[in-house]
Amino acid sequence: MQRYSFFNLARHALRGNTTYTPAWHQPKLKPQYDVVIIGGGGHGLATAYYLAKNYGITNVAVLEKGWIGGGNSGRNTTNVRSDYMFPESVAVYDLALRLYEELAKDLNFNIMLSQRGWMTLIHDQHQLESAQHKMNSLVCNGIEAQIIGREEVRRMIPTLNMSANARYPVIGAFRQKRGGTIRHDAVVWGYARAADQLGVHIVQDCEVIGFEKAGGSITAVKTSRGRIGCGAVGVAAAGHSSLIADMAGFRLPVTSHCLQAMVSEPLKPLLNHVVFSPSTGVYINQTQKGELVMGSARDLYASYGQRGTFPTIEKTITAVIEMFPIFGQTRLMRHWAGIVDIVPDSSPILGPTPVGNMHINCGWGSGGFKAIPAGGLLLACSLATGKPHPLALKFGLDRFRSNRLVDESAAAGSAH
Amino acid sequence: MIVIRCPYCHEQKTEEELTYGGELGVTRPLDPESASDTEWTDYLFMRTNRKGLHREYWCCSIGCGQWFKVTRHTITHEVTEINRSDDSVVG
Repeated sequence: MQRYSFFNLARHALRGNTTYTPAWHQPKLKPQYDVVIIGGGGHGLATAYYLAKNYGITNVAVLEKGWIGGGNSGRNTTNVRSDYMFPESVAVYDLALRLYEELAKDLNFNIMLSQRGWMTLIHDQHQLESAQHKMNSLVCNGIEAQIIGREEVRRMIPTLNMSANARYPVIGAFRQKRGGTIRHDAVVWGYARAADQLGVHIVQDCEVIGFEKAGGSITAVKTSRGRIGCGAVGVAAAGHSSLIADMAGFRLPVTSHCLQAMVSEPLKPLLNHVVFSPSTGVYINQTQKGELVMGSARDLYASYGQRGTFPTIEKTITAVIEMFPIFGQTRLMRHWAGIVDIVPDSSPILGPTPVGNMHINCGWGSGGFKAIPAGGLLLACSLATGKPHPLALKFGLDRFRSNRLVDESAAAGSAH
Repeated sequence: MIVIRCPYCHEQKTEEELTYGGELGVTRPLDPESASDTEWTDYLFMRTNRKGLHREYWCCSIGCGQWFKVTRHTITHEVTEINRSDDSVVG
């Protein structure tokens, strides 16, 4: 496989860009793998990559029922940050952000990380107090963040509605400078290419339809493309995790919901932060191409419908125009939805399952994209050693039985 | 958009006027003292989370305020059955 470099870029350009080869192979399925990973999204591909790179396990297949980048990895709003409340959460999310900071170099793939800053607006005294509470907790956990005043917000985001009659007046903002955006396709493509280079088989259009079990462990995965023998199974299927668990014979505390997002036509650069308003629930950023990417809270009913619906689009757009009246004339280009895996405490589920050789990575809810490198690394550790990674200890499936929840939904007030 | 006719007030309501109440069949252990940790975990946290026809509760919250039972397809959102809480079928 060819390395990407300035020299090679120029060489291909001189030949009219006709000499590129596919970034990963279309392998022929083998009858048996040491590890089969279910789900070819960011978490599944990252798991395969770290299995090969950190543990030398390369006899691995990643099974994707659709195509690489067609599920939630292509449906998120590309935001990254690590401003969580509990030390165990910060340890995982900040590990992800630190790995993202080095990922382009690590994978030899430009993931277009843009640490433009994450800004959570503060609209009233209560939000100011909870932002200060969060600040203190972040400082204790070694994460740099700041609270900025109204005038500074106005200077940084001149297009924001700061008028006295705004529906939600802005009195300041919480800001994590290291937060920002990444090109989401590049993350999955980069991991897929790097894992393929280390010998991992990436199998698209291959849906899991059942398991063969013996002695409490899975011996083979039955798929739409035939039977695949396996030593261990990793599950990274996000909103579809319950279906895999059901086939394997255990239950998950997961409900699947639509999380919608939408994108406008491209505009000239005018918004250089990711802006989130806790009062409207809307988050918005401008891509490097100039489009505005917008999203808000998940739909509250159970759903596997991977598409946008008008009540949510209307709510989101109404809030965006209230916050940024200047966008009133902008046309919406596309809208869509991903299926997110909501758990009662809004924290991920990582590590072993009741089935001996099956390990899981799910429950990230609406926060899965920002966690991809850490999610992959921790699941890889679990699969390679049979035990959860030290950072994943508090996130086991058994925490629901022992009632040791990591309640980030209450603590950080996160929208997922 | 989800549109359901309330089996009590018979008005057609959209998802904006209704409240989703989660899946049917999650029953609190009848004898709490003797229920095991596994039974409690199952009741409190574990869900079937079906892809396809799903039995669930909805409330006519901006309307008559009654809770009722619905069978809905979780991909198409097609509603195939609406029952009152006492399971009587209405239109």
